[in-house]
Amino acid sequence: MVDSVNKPGRLRPAPENFLSEEQIKAVGAGRRDFLRKSFLAAGAALAAPLAARAADGDPNILQNPEWTTTLGQPVALRPYGSPSKYESQLVRRESPGLARVGGASVSFAPLQGMFGIITPSGLHFERHHQGWHDIDPSRHRLMVNGSDDSLLKKPKVYTMDELMRLPPVSRIHFIECGANTGLEWGNVAVPTVQYTHGMLSCSEFTGVPLKTLLDDCGVDYKKARYVLAEGADGSSMTRTIPMEMVESGEVMVAYGQNGEMLRPENGYPLRLVVPGVQGVSWVKWLRRIEVGDKPWATKDEAVHYIDLLPNGLHRQYSSIQECKSVITTPSGGQTLLDKGFYNVSGIAWSGRGRIKQVDVSFDGGINWQTARIEGPIQNKALTRFNINWVWDGKPAILQSRAMDETGFVQPTYGQLRKVRGTKSIYHNNAIQSWKVVESGEVSNVQVL
Amino acid sequence: MSRFSKSVLVLALFGASTAAVAFDNFKGVGRQATPAEVKAWDIDVRPDFKGLPKGSGSVDRGQELFEEKCASCHGTFGESNEVFTPLVGGTTKDDIKAGRVKGLSSGELPQRTTFTKVATISTVFDYIQRAMPWTAPKSLKPDDVYAILAYMLNLSEMVPSDFVLSDKNIADVQKMLPNRDGMTTDHGMWPGASAAKGGIGNGGKPDTSNKACMKNCKSEVQIGSTLPDYARTAHGELADQNRSYGPVRGTKTLGTAAAAAAPAAVSPAMELATKNGCMACHGVNNKIVGPGYNEVQARYKDQPDAETRLVAKVKNGGQGVWGSVPMPPNAHLQDADIKTLVQWIMAGAK
Repeated sequence: MVDSVNKPGRLRPAPENFLSEEQIKAVGAGRRDFLRKSFLAAGAALAAPLAARAADGDPNILQNPEWTTTLGQPVALRPYGSPSKYESQLVRRESPGLARVGGASVSFAPLQGMFGIITPSGLHFERHHQGWHDIDPSRHRLMVNGSDDSLLKKPKVYTMDELMRLPPVSRIHFIECGANTGLEWGNVAVPTVQYTHGMLSCSEFTGVPLKTLLDDCGVDYKKARYVLAEGADGSSMTRTIPMEMVESGEVMVAYGQNGEMLRPENGYPLRLVVPGVQGVSWVKWLRRIEVGDKPWATKDEAVHYIDLLPNGLHRQYSSIQECKSVITTPSGGQTLLDKGFYNVSGIAWSGRGRIKQVDVSFDGGINWQTARIEGPIQNKALTRFNINWVWDGKPAILQSRAMDETGFVQPTYGQLRKVRGTKSIYHNNAIQSWKVVESGEVSNVQVL
Repeated sequence: MSRFSKSVLVLALFGASTAAVAFDNFKGVGRQATPAEVKAWDIDVRPDFKGLPKGSGSVDRGQELFEEKCASCHGTFGESNEVFTPLVGGTTKDDIKAGRVKGLSSGELPQRTTFTKVATISTVFDYIQRAMPWTAPKSLKPDDVYAILAYMLNLSEMVPSDFVLSDKNIADVQKMLPNRDGMTTDHGMWPGASAAKGGIGNGGKPDTSNKACMKNCKSEVQIGSTLPDYARTAHGELADQNRSYGPVRGTKTLGTAAAAAAPAAVSPAMELATKNGCMACHGVNNKIVGPGYNEVQARYKDQPDAETRLVAKVKNGGQGVWGSVPMPPNAHLQDADIKTLVQWIMAGAK
């Protein structure tokens, strides 16, 4: 049973899922007697009582399983809970060959099996520039200073005790690495949505609006139009943040993530949250904020995270993640169980605001239907969409196309490449296509 | 006084106090940073060289430092692509004249290096000072940073071998960078006003303008690319990266034998090697920057004092046995851990 379940090709649910692929083909070809023979053969191979009951019904019903007939575990056996042992397959994974040093690499979130819009903290994607640390919060400090004294009334230092006394806000936002889908600029390169789109997560963040702190330090907003955020890790990662976003109140100095403290891999005990902007600007282990009158051209905005254009110029300070979506179920590297009904599900997001509409195509973009958007539609947050589909067993190409509240519609690969070429690495928000073939196998293709 | 007028008074006082203390609302939260504290952390250097420390360093001194502290990852000439993308190469004398790296648009450049991209030398100074070397960030003095940068400029054929880089001439060097005119901020991915109106972006105008067409949007589906066979299997067994129940299964990509086996348990020594960055330069069965562990074992296996000698090499670094790229010292490793690693290597690194 386990073998046939894992076999590529069309998979049948119980009770005939002990059939081999050849036997399924034989049944499909009309040799119904084969099915009867196979039942007999399977009955002989399995333990006799089980086979006998199979005729009466499902043994999982007819015979109570051990969890129904024995005593369960007590409370607090696992004081910090963990997922079921049956869920070990959906974990963060690296893409082989992408980076050679674990401390400067990426792990991708398993989008192919996730529901709703919130990323469990343990599955949040990772990107570190010089490894991660588990920082002692009692020794962590946040400094706010200016490039020169005229830009604020006084530079200040805050402890975690002090930051957590300030009035907090809690908001749900997506975070996407600027290089998400970057492997796919030129051609299809990776097999599953974990690797095409998995540098993407969404959490409820809790913290203090950065503007509260800048007000507290008496920042001169007329002169100080740029903010430098700096981490406390070895790389002391730095990025320039636009003051417009700080003034909007959206940029946050966050300590909470999904109801608990940030995880060490995500910046414990303090990180910057810059809604709508690529992940590199959400500086982790945040230790310093500097206000200035010019951008800084730091390494991660002057050597990396710059977008190469066909004319040889690089775009600098590209920050906002434009409207994008992807179908996660079914998606590349999965196989449909059988013909018939499926709920096709995916996520949409935009760095410019709320998602307004998501359309889905089953024929490679010739015709489209508007998907259902359930649950909250929030500003700069993942938004879940669903649509009904009855698969007739014929080849299909599934696509999703999101539109945000500005009216911007997610582009095709053809449209995007016309402007940005194929070597940009960053900010690939093209429409993703998944091809379904007759066997039920779903694979990654690009439709122009 | 009536109750009513009391509460009016309280409200009036409260209103007055919030208005009066705009920058001191949160009494008792935070304190003024001392000048020494700001100096300790504010080490950033901007393109206009605000924040640049005084100092100088020669190409020769830079070469010594580079070989000692940088070459193990970046190669002796900053050309290595083994651990990180290359620092130096891909630029020409004509690029230095033009201020644009021609290879970026002509397609002749096999790979971008730092010097094919960077338009501001302040960036490189700032980054070396804050983050390098890899295992000992912030251990370099300003003079060391000037020297290492001088060596890299010499490798890039921007300055002669007797050059001394300093806070006095670094701005002149920035004006010679081969890709100094290679950046643009004319895009919609930065908020606020356009460059014409005092901002740095294009005012938020996106590159594309797709339409939400619903019916008969095109006559045919043009496939640009499909998943190559090697890519189907390059990410391991996909069946094991999906649930074993639910509407779909992961596609079986590796065949039965490999897939059936649970992922091999990682040995504690392998974990140590991974965690401490050893695997960046040494493969179990292959050379990366330094020799593979199989090669180390083969060379030392008949030497009675192999363990002692290898422990010393890991701890203090070494050079010459395997070529000119030195092994950096690993002061951050505990002696017991080094011993575990060496014993593991000599037992075949399984």
